[in-house]
Amino acid sequence: MSGLQRLIVLAPLALLFGLVAIFALQLDDDPSILPSALIGQPVPAFDLPVLQQDARATDSLFKTGTPKLINVFASWCQPCRIEHSLVSDLAAEGVEIVGWGYKDTPAGITRFLAELGNPYSHVVLDESGQTAIDLGVYGAPETYVVDAEGIIRYRHVGVLTQEVIDRDLRPLLQSLAEA
Amino acid sequence: MRIFRAIPLIAILFMATPAQAVGVDAEVLKDPAQEALAQNVMAQLRCLVCQNQSIVDSDAPLAADLRGLVRKRIADGDTPQQVKDYLVARYGDWVLLKPPVKSNTLLLWGAPLGILVLGAGGILAARMRRGAAPLSDEDTAAADALLERDG
Repeated sequence: MSGLQRLIVLAPLALLFGLVAIFALQLDDDPSILPSALIGQPVPAFDLPVLQQDARATDSLFKTGTPKLINVFASWCQPCRIEHSLVSDLAAEGVEIVGWGYKDTPAGITRFLAELGNPYSHVVLDESGQTAIDLGVYGAPETYVVDAEGIIRYRHVGVLTQEVIDRDLRPLLQSLAEA
Repeated sequence: MRIFRAIPLIAILFMATPAQAVGVDAEVLKDPAQEALAQNVMAQLRCLVCQNQSIVDSDAPLAADLRGLVRKRIADGDTPQQVKDYLVARYGDWVLLKPPVKSNTLLLWGAPLGILVLGAGGILAARMRRGAAPLSDEDTAAADALLERDG
């Protein structure tokens, strides 16, 4: 066989190995981790009631000069109970966390927080879940990091774990605090 | 014959209508034309929770919310493109079941055409090479003999 013929014969085999390698690498990817369209963008405008206060909260809540977390939660959401102690630990360390009550009643949220403790500096009430669509929320729980200027820097879909906090949240919060 | 007895049963099988997926909700738009338009847009939007279904096919709460949102925007006079742009701004291109042609999807859209061109080029090259192969001495002699005989 000439060099060219050998090349043509071996090309499909090489292609196959190439594809196998690509697919093998992608096996580790979690398909539920999706890019957020809002990273690098300001928190979208909103105007929602605040739990147990007569006030309303707007997006100006995130332009006060300190980085914050947004934690999307609800009393009907079982995984939210699981991550609640980790959220509380972060709050105890001084991280300011805004709770986003997603598709839940004030009564449901009050009960949830009375039972498990309230780690949130504010709890905004998004009873219909319509405002959460502007934020690109898929469901509860979800966690966002917002910098001091109100720009969304990070998003985690699903339950927070110690691993996610140590790997992603802490380094990011640290760099935001130093900035 | 026994086979004839089966005919009505087979006929009944053909009467079965295919299932039609529509976003079933308590509240639909009053204008059937607008509802049809909204359904058409919904079928093009991915359910972000279940990922491989459109929001029409999904029972997820977020899908129901998004169906409501699509209906509201259509009723308010948005075009289907405006509705889709609105959701892409919030959820990214991923929300569209059919990925748009952009610089980062060129490979995806271009691959079938590229493979076709490569294959056609390969066949063409193989043909040309075969056509251009010089005749062996025996073949030349045989051809000459034939020409001589007929000429």
